[in-house]
Amino acid sequence: MFSALFNSFESGMIYAIMALGVYLTFRILDFPDMTVEGSFVTGASVAAIMIVNGYSPIVATLCAMVAGFIAGTITGFLHTKGKINPLLAGILMMIALYSINLRIMGASNIPLLSQTTIITNIQDAWAGTGLDNLLNGLLSFVGLGDSLPKTWAILIVMLVVAVVIQAGMSAFLKTEIGLALRATGDNEAMVKSFSAHTGNMKILGLAIGNALVAFSGSLVAQYNGFSDIGMGIGIIVIGLASVIIGEALFGAKTIARATLAVIGGAIIYRIVVTLALRVEFLETGDVKLITALIVVGALVIPKISDKQKEKTRKKRRLKEIQMRHDGTLPKGREEYASVKSDL
Amino acid sequence: MLRLNQIYKVFNEGTPDEKLALGNLELQMTKGEFVTVIGSNGAGKSTLMNMISGKILPDAGEVIIDGENVSAIEEHARAKMIGRVFQDPMLGTAPHMTIEENMAIAYGRTNRRGLGFGVTKKRKELFKECLGTLHLGLENRMTAKVGLLSGGERQALSLLMATFTDPKILLLDEHTAALDPSRAELVTNLTKEIVEKNQLTTLMVTHNMQQAIDLGNSLIMMDKGQIIFEARGAAKQKLTVEKLLNEFQRIKGEKMINDRAVLI
Repeated sequence: MFSALFNSFESGMIYAIMALGVYLTFRILDFPDMTVEGSFVTGASVAAIMIVNGYSPIVATLCAMVAGFIAGTITGFLHTKGKINPLLAGILMMIALYSINLRIMGASNIPLLSQTTIITNIQDAWAGTGLDNLLNGLLSFVGLGDSLPKTWAILIVMLVVAVVIQAGMSAFLKTEIGLALRATGDNEAMVKSFSAHTGNMKILGLAIGNALVAFSGSLVAQYNGFSDIGMGIGIIVIGLASVIIGEALFGAKTIARATLAVIGGAIIYRIVVTLALRVEFLETGDVKLITALIVVGALVIPKISDKQKEKTRKKRRLKEIQMRHDGTLPKGREEYASVKSDL
Repeated sequence: MLRLNQIYKVFNEGTPDEKLALGNLELQMTKGEFVTVIGSNGAGKSTLMNMISGKILPDAGEVIIDGENVSAIEEHARAKMIGRVFQDPMLGTAPHMTIEENMAIAYGRTNRRGLGFGVTKKRKELFKECLGTLHLGLENRMTAKVGLLSGGERQALSLLMATFTDPKILLLDEHTAALDPSRAELVTNLTKEIVEKNQLTTLMVTHNMQQAIDLGNSLIMMDKGQIIFEARGAAKQKLTVEKLLNEFQRIKGEKMINDRAVLI
């Protein structure tokens, strides 16, 4: 149980990077970008094929990011210069990337199990620090000593990476360009009248968003030990689930809070899926169904609870009016309730 | 400061909906001139505004701002010279961003945007000072989301955002039409104050004849894509609503007679 949760924290952190990319396009730019379904796999395939061919995993991962950046740029051009509807531009790019990804990999699956990846690099570097013993010692101390994780490296390093990206992103969104980018998603006519090139802003946002998604894809491939043509299916929904769960649970008042909430949402999504899959009746193939249900829940439940609150408020109000009419309102309450009408 | 040279624009050319929006329109404005524009619906007032701002480009003719021919320059690039307030209070501000962030976007109108922070300490001081001139207490709510403001407050903020960076041309497109009478008066007074203080070259469209007469130092009347009446300087000062209506009828009446003459 503990190790399953530990793993969901690890992969939650990696997927959080993808969710931050989705947050940028979906929430900030208000652009339903389906490109991510393809660019996630593009990141994975570029990293995998380069690693298999002997390139350094760091170079491979950076190239994966660049590939995602280019994919996002093309979607941006299709939309702004080609005047194609946002959803369709993304879908076209997604379907085009499917073939491109197959070409990049040369097969529908590349195993990375025996390769040196960024994940093994991190683990090797980490093993020298001896921090594992310390952290495991802490775990045993609080009574969780029976299922100690093999290494803390991935969890800690990915947490740092995700938070650095989150901090960088929320700082960027406060710069002059960042403000123009946010305004483009908020009120395009306004920001145009203040001399910002909204088309370029959209292209930039889509490029950065897809670069993050591809980065996450390359890390997922290295973490799972393979890159597969089908690994991008439903990734947009996972990203949305993270964004929506995060907003529902942690709020989105400021940019810093909203981006942190996205990371939290990504982790919670992983945990919920892990827990759900432990139910005997459910199988691995049900993950997508569970995802869909989580998103529906995160969207609908807050609305229902708001409505319920409104209803009880109304009921109480009606009751008060009725009681005042009957003259049965308790003395103390009445004074309080009728202040305004006494004036 | 602003010159429109033989501007010609047709919408839906070659279809049954073909409409002459502007027909060989000529307009000249000197620096600091405040021109009010009146005319019935479909007269071409909004097209005129969009023509100057670059939202639509002319089929023929030239738009010249401060001696520079900007006819082919796109809207966002032309916006470096133009401040604009829309009719809809929702259009002029970004609702999910704070007042200071909106001000920072407006501040960026004249320069190239970079990777420096949009809201700095120094700018905050400036924004605060500018917001203070509105006397709406907005300077104490700088971190409030603009979506929380009322329509009047939003429109006053839009006006400030369009003007505090000294645009060469200020375009006001019925910017008080969507407000209640008292708020409209507030925004009208603010407009007067700001334009006078900064000596802005201003073009204002309005449906309110009294407002058109009260404000500014010139008045033009448009019909069917052309300027049919112009009053500048002293002639403008002597105008009343009645005179304006008579003038309108005289011009329209003559036209009708002309039409009849052609028909017979």
